[in-house]
Amino acid sequence: MEEKTIRKDNLMSLLADLTGSCQVLAPVRKGNSIVFEEILTGDEIHLSEYNTRKSVKEVFFPQRERLFAYRGQETREPSPPDKERIVFGVRPCDARSLSLLDFVFDGEDFKDPYYCSKRDNTTVIAIGCSRPMRTCFCTDTGGDPFSLEGADVLLIDMGETYFVLPVTQRGEGFLQGKSGFERAEQDQIQRKEEIIEKARESVGSDLNIERIKSVLDSDFDNPLWETVHEKCLGCGVCTFLCPTCHCFDILDEGDSNQGERIRIWDSCMFPLFTLHASGTNPRPGGKERMRQRILHKFKYFVDNHNRVACTGCGRCIRACPVNLDIREVLEDIQNPE
Amino acid sequence: MGDSSKQIREAARKLFEENKVDLIIGFEDGSLPLRATPCFIRRGEDAERLVWNSFCENNLATYLPKKKGKTGIVAKGCDSRSIVGFLKEKQIERENLVIIGVPCEGMIDRKAVEERLGEREILSVEEGPEEIVVKGTDYEEKMKKEDLLPESCRICTHRNPVLYDVLIGEALEEQKVADPFELIREFEGRTAEERWAYFCGETEKCIRCYACRNACPICYCEACYVDSSEPQWFGKSIESTDTMIFHIVRAFHTTGRCVDCGACIRACPMDVDLRFLNKKIEKDVLELFSFEAGEDPDEPPPLTTYKQDDPEEFIK
Repeated sequence: MEEKTIRKDNLMSLLADLTGSCQVLAPVRKGNSIVFEEILTGDEIHLSEYNTRKSVKEVFFPQRERLFAYRGQETREPSPPDKERIVFGVRPCDARSLSLLDFVFDGEDFKDPYYCSKRDNTTVIAIGCSRPMRTCFCTDTGGDPFSLEGADVLLIDMGETYFVLPVTQRGEGFLQGKSGFERAEQDQIQRKEEIIEKARESVGSDLNIERIKSVLDSDFDNPLWETVHEKCLGCGVCTFLCPTCHCFDILDEGDSNQGERIRIWDSCMFPLFTLHASGTNPRPGGKERMRQRILHKFKYFVDNHNRVACTGCGRCIRACPVNLDIREVLEDIQNPE
Repeated sequence: MGDSSKQIREAARKLFEENKVDLIIGFEDGSLPLRATPCFIRRGEDAERLVWNSFCENNLATYLPKKKGKTGIVAKGCDSRSIVGFLKEKQIERENLVIIGVPCEGMIDRKAVEERLGEREILSVEEGPEEIVVKGTDYEEKMKKEDLLPESCRICTHRNPVLYDVLIGEALEEQKVADPFELIREFEGRTAEERWAYFCGETEKCIRCYACRNACPICYCEACYVDSSEPQWFGKSIESTDTMIFHIVRAFHTTGRCVDCGACIRACPMDVDLRFLNKKIEKDVLELFSFEAGEDPDEPPPLTTYKQDDPEEFIK
């Protein structure tokens, strides 16, 4: 597909124009954090080195989602979204997380209508990371600061302009008939390569995902689990901010006459997560819960989908109240003493 | 604070040599600038890992109720006051505990540092006696430590541990704070609409991750009311009323127990600040019962006892 460029101010006006016919979501500043919200003007968009506080997953898989409402004998399902949506300013780690969530909610065996309807009506415009942060480790998890995966269009920040790579047919469609896009010149293509190369060099550590997987395969009772969870408080920060964590709970709220069935985010770190009606809990403590979180991401998801369920976005590292750094946990697994 | 690290290590080694502890809970260097991280030392030779600096923000007392055997703990003023709370509520046994008390000049609020830097990433931090030097790829900034303290440290009058077996260094002079409830008086001065708007604004940010509850030493209930499914006391989602009830009930549950360590605010990934709820209750308890949490392990908790002259104006 043809590589293009667009002046940043032209793109902002384009997005502002599109707010008439589409719902446009973009990172906006709210208090001290940056969140994905619907915008009405280009001025609201806030792009920075810092990623959004919460990941893009809530745009497709909200923390609280009504599955249906009931009153008496009648039930009412939410109507499918009527407007096309554009999510602008998604980081490649978050865009990649969507392709991982697709395995779960849009897989061969099962299609979740709530998720799929949102995915189907949304164009994802990602912006590559020219300056990855020190908590970024996307390259260790199979990603890249300029990964195309999960994005419909990838932009690369060139200063005054964005380099534009249409990734999917939907992305091609987004560019079609819109003014401001110009064919990329040879020198721009070269400069883009330099930016990509420089960013790639600055990210990553010595994690070896294959090696970690093989240790996890062979050693469920690794003594490491006894100690590695010890400082964990058992809160849900890591799983709720994680772009790939997708466990949920389904609850009925209301009474026998009226109410609703909702789906909410759940967390394997919570004591209620696997509590059985009998009172038994196969994961009674921090050790078993931490093991589950790591195994789900770096073993079970790999077994099921041949991919690790981590995009190296670093949110869990930055936000953990006790600085429990998942990279250190993985290093300990990889290099047993 | 370099000397303190050394002295903590020496004290820890000695405790292991003398077989006085099986475990010491302290801090080691974290993986990010502005962070120290809780660590669990089980051998004298590992005492080398222990550090003390202005980033030892966690209240380590949180870990105590679940620990078995003889446990040593590095405790600053607020941690020690939480320990007093545990003793008062019979959650730990004093004879199984060795407290390495550390006088504390306040812990730096990393969110305040980040706010000052806008969105420039922090690559390293060096700590001096009065200042920290923060460095990034293309900047270097000096900041005064006293300007970076969270409100709970700024008005702290318990910089020295109230209870300890070993004291690291010299006790500090306690701060004179003209009005510890300045925040509350200001808040009480607002209209009901303004107070409501603030409360709604803060609870709206909450994602119900329970980091506040789990970081809080006194939230040690085996089964928290929010985790009850039979009966389910209130909704588990981020519906505003449910989030509000969670925070209100949690605040009430800390009555006469909260020591204003600030752990809940530090732990929050969404910058929710509902300290005014706890502080208001702290003020009420002080005014009604002349009681301050975390002072004397033998004094009964105010809500489990009564005195003949307890105020009763609320009985009409």
